[in-house]
Amino acid sequence: MTDENLVRTPLYERHQQLGAKLIPFAGYEMPVQYTGIIAEHNAVRQQAGLFDLGHMGQVDVSGPQALDYLQRITTNDVSQLVPGQAHYSMLPNPEGGVIDDILIYRRPGGDGYMVVINASNHARDVAWMKQQEAALGLNAGVRDISDETGMIAIQGPNAVAITKTLTTDPIESIPYYAWDKATVAGVPVMIARTGYTGEDGFEIYPPIDEATTVWDALMAAGADKGLQPIGLGARDTLRLEARMPLYGQELSDTISPIEAGLGWAVKLDKGDFIGRDRIAAVKAQGPRRKAVGFRTVGRSGAPRTHYPVGVNGSPVGEVTSGAFSPTLGENIGLALIAAESAGVGKPLQVEIRGKWIDAEQIKMPFYKRPGA
Amino acid sequence: MSNPSDLKYTRTHEWVRLENGVATVGMTDYAQGELGDITYLELPDPGTSVSATEPFGVVESVKAASDIYAPVNGEVVETNDAAVGSPDVINSSPYEGAWLIKVKLDGDGGGELMSADEYAKYLEEVAH
Repeated sequence: MTDENLVRTPLYERHQQLGAKLIPFAGYEMPVQYTGIIAEHNAVRQQAGLFDLGHMGQVDVSGPQALDYLQRITTNDVSQLVPGQAHYSMLPNPEGGVIDDILIYRRPGGDGYMVVINASNHARDVAWMKQQEAALGLNAGVRDISDETGMIAIQGPNAVAITKTLTTDPIESIPYYAWDKATVAGVPVMIARTGYTGEDGFEIYPPIDEATTVWDALMAAGADKGLQPIGLGARDTLRLEARMPLYGQELSDTISPIEAGLGWAVKLDKGDFIGRDRIAAVKAQGPRRKAVGFRTVGRSGAPRTHYPVGVNGSPVGEVTSGAFSPTLGENIGLALIAAESAGVGKPLQVEIRGKWIDAEQIKMPFYKRPGA
Repeated sequence: MSNPSDLKYTRTHEWVRLENGVATVGMTDYAQGELGDITYLELPDPGTSVSATEPFGVVESVKAASDIYAPVNGEVVETNDAAVGSPDVINSSPYEGAWLIKVKLDGDGGGELMSADEYAKYLEEVAH
């Protein structure tokens, strides 16, 4: 079953050869699993996994007023980024909600930035960014470079060692949340110490025409180090255990970053930015809703997105993400609930198929890698 | 994996073994493959009445929850507690270890069941 309208990444044939189950995702035909979600999840936690992230979008922002512009359209303080450094941030809307969550990388030479955006928001992010560039009257040089940029992630305890066999550049010295130029498998790439799994590893940006070269070389180099290809299914359970937000679930146009627990990526004192006053008001008054983490108590099905959450049978919010956690062997979830009901140790119930199931609010992240 | 020829099948991907007025019910290999890693199984208590084409239980994989449908009319007389405890047996042994319930048939049990050959043809249609 293929849909003619779906976009395929350069690695599509590799996924077919590897026996992936392909599904439509954000307009792309992407692998959801190869061997099975749990085995793939465990491979990343214990050895290493390789991800085709060709659906993600990249926007170059390297005009003369790029810094001023990014300060106005994002929540984090871009002036704090030294050349080669990256940070997590958000594109706020004027109402204080979130258009998308993003990564901003400052180029190692200091000359401009690359913004990585979610596949599901690609078109509207680019339209918004261009519209704001015009509205602010700043020459930021906003340019969608997704069609020329490949994206592959390698994550897990063996990820650095595997990648190291394909380069003479000192990639192991790249700090967490930084990137640099390197030659990997003979291909000139940008290589970032970032990821969406809670493990060490890299996100690699080769020229799109050379994505298969990098993929094939990594697969071969990792064959004796437990490297497995990983689909979107395990990508979701990995990021949930690491309590990394997913846009459309933990974040939306109508959820404040403060409610979502992402106030650390909002710098109210950096100067004016879109939605600043609204976000500041939520922070000053205290959020009415809070994002919490929980586990279910006893045997039950898994909590899932939009399942109602209650206390003593009264609704207090809903599940934003939930799953059986392969690492913990129990059901975990994130919920957005009334602030007065939030607190580690406080009880909750989740409604699963018409029955209230007991849950307990627990500390996040649910999983932290040893030594991190 | 081929579908055993001595079983009957439903359009909702359950299998049935009919013996002496009792139907043993499970999920087909195709069903477990589509669901992926199975993490949870919920079955009715013995004594519960089930009706053909109505849900009698729930199975969950990492990605989703799905109903399991009764192939026949009758009363549950036994459930597979081992499968409830280790639901991944549905992935590893859909036709042997992972029988789910035994149903004492109400009359001839009703239900619209397919032979293995008919089910194989049905799967070809589903896949296209």
